[in-house]
Amino acid sequence: MADDAKPDAGVPGSPGRSRTGHSRPEDREPAEAAGPAAGPPRRPSAPARTHGSRSRGRYVPHGIDDEFAEDAGTAGPSSAGGDEDGRRPAAPGIGVVGMLRWTWRQLTSMRVALMLLMLLAVAAVPGSVLPQRGQDPGAVAEYLGDHPDLGEWLDRLGFFDVYTSVWFSAIYLLLFVSLVGCIVPRTGAHWRALRARPPRVPSRFARFPARASLATDLSPDDVVGLVATKLRGPRHLPTFRVDRRTEPARAGRPEAHTVSAERGYLRETGNLLFHLALLGLLVSVAMGQMLHYRGQAIVTEGRGFANAVVDYDTFDKGSWFQASSLVPFSMTLDAFDSEFASETVAFAQARDFTAHVTVTEPDGTRRAEQIKVNHPLVTDGAKIYLQGNGFAPEITVTDAAGEVAFSQRVPFLPEDQMYTSRGVVKVPDVSGGDQIGLIGYFLPTAVVDEDGAARSTFPQPLDPLLVLEVYRGDLGLDEGVPRNVYQLDTASLTPSVDEAGERVKLLVRPGETVDLPDGLGTVTLGAEVPRYVALDLRHDPSLGFVLTFALLALGGLALSLFTPRRRVWVRAFVSDSGATVVEAAGLARGDDTGLQGEVDRAMSVLPVATPENETTKD
Amino acid sequence: MEMANLSVLLVWAAATALAIAMVAFAVDLARLSGARVAARDAAREKVGAGAAASVRAAPSGTTADAGPAREPGGPAPAYGPGSDAPAGGPSRKGAGIGMSLSWLAAGMLLVAIVLRGIASGRTPWANMYEFTLVGTFVAVAVFVGVCVVREARFLGAFVTGLGAMFLVLAQNAFFVAATGVQPALQNYWLVIHVGVAILATGIFTVAFVTSVLQLLRDARDEGTPWLAGWGWLDHTPSTNALEALSFRLNAVAFVLWTFTIIGGAIWAEDAWGRYWGWDPKEVWSFVVWVVYAAYLHARTTRGWSGRRAAWFVVAGYACVLFNFTGVNLIFNGKHSYSGLE
Ligand code: HEM
Repeated sequence: MADDAKPDAGVPGSPGRSRTGHSRPEDREPAEAAGPAAGPPRRPSAPARTHGSRSRGRYVPHGIDDEFAEDAGTAGPSSAGGDEDGRRPAAPGIGVVGMLRWTWRQLTSMRVALMLLMLLAVAAVPGSVLPQRGQDPGAVAEYLGDHPDLGEWLDRLGFFDVYTSVWFSAIYLLLFVSLVGCIVPRTGAHWRALRARPPRVPSRFARFPARASLATDLSPDDVVGLVATKLRGPRHLPTFRVDRRTEPARAGRPEAHTVSAERGYLRETGNLLFHLALLGLLVSVAMGQMLHYRGQAIVTEGRGFANAVVDYDTFDKGSWFQASSLVPFSMTLDAFDSEFASETVAFAQARDFTAHVTVTEPDGTRRAEQIKVNHPLVTDGAKIYLQGNGFAPEITVTDAAGEVAFSQRVPFLPEDQMYTSRGVVKVPDVSGGDQIGLIGYFLPTAVVDEDGAARSTFPQPLDPLLVLEVYRGDLGLDEGVPRNVYQLDTASLTPSVDEAGERVKLLVRPGETVDLPDGLGTVTLGAEVPRYVALDLRHDPSLGFVLTFALLALGGLALSLFTPRRRVWVRAFVSDSGATVVEAAGLARGDDTGLQGEVDRAMSVLPVATPENETTKD
Repeated sequence: MEMANLSVLLVWAAATALAIAMVAFAVDLARLSGARVAARDAAREKVGAGAAASVRAAPSGTTADAGPAREPGGPAPAYGPGSDAPAGGPSRKGAGIGMSLSWLAAGMLLVAIVLRGIASGRTPWANMYEFTLVGTFVAVAVFVGVCVVREARFLGAFVTGLGAMFLVLAQNAFFVAATGVQPALQNYWLVIHVGVAILATGIFTVAFVTSVLQLLRDARDEGTPWLAGWGWLDHTPSTNALEALSFRLNAVAFVLWTFTIIGGAIWAEDAWGRYWGWDPKEVWSFVVWVVYAAYLHARTTRGWSGRRAAWFVVAGYACVLFNFTGVNLIFNGKHSYSGLE
């Protein structure tokens, strides 16, 4: 440890080390503690290449002098005075308790935390590559269909639910255990450091990175008083903690008055705050998971829904959710407006979506509201988001017997920027014969090419057209298996074809009625094409906590990374000539460009006796 | 449209300026290594005698000298022998030209970005093309900014080279016409979240260059054979100084990145109805964050500090680049705002 290249004896934060059982190099002077290879942080480097002349272990960047980290990195006292290559401490030979203690030390060591962090990064990646159930269950089903063997294995190993999988959870939970194990002792050490006196003045200043000296006519006592006041700064907002002492005479130096000063305790405070806030964040997110609920509903213009579990198309909830926490308001979609760019550069790009709604509170009061993308409607502790929109043409099918077998608004899902939208009509309740299935596209502004292919050229309903293919047979709805309403399983159905064997494509415009092929009946498209919106209602009581802890973590991080941690020492004594000699030295944690300025500022309060006020070059 | 075209022209001009700057910086490095033997002897003496003085000169001397083209042999804080080149050492004309061109390129990019904003009538960083422009601007600006405070011209060739490359890539692969944005992006968080992300990315870029130099320098100091011909490496600061610079930059960028993620989550809560959903962009932002957090921890872990920690910076930056390119172009997530079809 003694030939460690850290320029660090007397380093800020040291008080923690002595209490964790290490030898106490911190009160030694740099020259003694660091040995010849060490230099102050801003020591100019060796001029040329030094082939192999440097031992590996010496390569330690500046500022890495956090004795806490060393403790953790070498698993504490079991390897006190730890070797510099950071070899693992040997496992103790005997005893369950010893083994447990060893395991705990390993777990809370910086090295293991580092491994866990790396593992966490690696473990997060597959979730971005493979489809995830939480995000897109349809894609997972498709993947499983395309890769039955591989898919099954991946599924077993949790690769489609990465972020809730056992292995992912294990990594972050271990990381947090490790974090607690490391934050608790560190908080104690910091607490003691906060109340300790700044370390006493080292006997020689020669090796410190920032120095100054001058001669003055003031007495050493006055010097120390002035400098201490200057360093402490404003009383209500002190910069440095200062400590004045006197030193007995020793080799070559008379009795001296000294100031030890230290600033930057907030650095460690910030670091602890950061880690604790991460813990708080984890807990709040977990609470949110337990208590939240989310419902999704598709609502067409002029219609509405009530805030009740049954009224949602899908509903998820945390395990502590209670249905009674749903406030029974209801909501009607009065109108939906959309705007799209018509200039050529971004033709048809969406510009604005607004849902005009009326909310009816449980007590019957009504109010008009708007929901926009980015502006959810907040009501009764829940937020309602506008997640999607499209057209829900009103489709009526009569069967061969002329009975109305189906009459509904059918939401069509947009598939491209022009709102080419796909939808399915299932008509199981025919009065006799085959059931009817229709698959088709709704084109808001249709253009039909000469070869009969139709496409949409703008997302607004300027010239709507419905293009349908017709199937007949058994829709398979009676088997009790849940079916996706947006999909028609055509495997057991017969498509209608014309004489040439081509699939029949029916073209229906608003208000028109068209005959179905094969005498199956007719299909009618309503004159008005209503719009629909996909709404998402969410309630998560943890949001405020999540945000607070996230911001605390950010603040703690910034404090810990940007607070300068500095020590300044000043010694004043009466020289042989009768003048008072004042020497100062500064030490910082890390590469600190402001250190010399700090030392100079402290000295600037002293009136100079001689014309020179220059740096000693020892 | 006029302004949009002018913006494009300025981007090309900036790319050209950066490319020439790179050549100038490279020439400078080559000259330095040519004059190495002489400089080394001179530097040895200088360093021995002037250590403390040179430390002292740093804060006051360099801030005053904020001009784009620093005089050869100008005040150079204690950053190793190369930068300490005394007045009689090799001429740093190349570096001077490189610096002037870097300032010029940063200026032109800034104007190009502002024009683009005016042409589209919104904040000019809403798609990949614009992100690349602004990110390159930040990287070049951080580089010239660092040079104002300390001697860092050795980074020039690499930062300008990368910058020129990014701009050409932006023009050829990511270009989209200047226009408005979709509803989800019409929010002040676009300014904050994306703005801070770009800032972080630009700073990560300069830090990455510094760490790569650190690794190269380290390998050369160890006597790695294939680096034997790279004499210019001796004129970069010591590995420790490079480490320190890289850390300072990474620390700033990491805090900004943390803010980017928090801001993104706040925005996602409003725009997408949840603050976190493991969308590919979210996953990779998280990966980036964890890798840089691991870097900060590695720095403080024995046996992992220094060289190994520098590899974390390389890995982290690779993730930053992938998060930007791969995630936008390959994965189909909510963040697919590249504007490319
Ligand atoms: C959730 C996992 C964790 C994350 C995301 C995380 C993140 C961070 C970040 C970003 C820093 C930088 C701030 C700084 O350098 O002061 C930091 C510092 C630190 N972390 Fe963690 N950390 C985690 C877990 C842990 C654990 C488990 C330990 C202990 C075993 C630990 C010990 C430390 C220490 C000692 C520092 C201070 C290093 C220094 O003073 O420079 N961290 N952490």
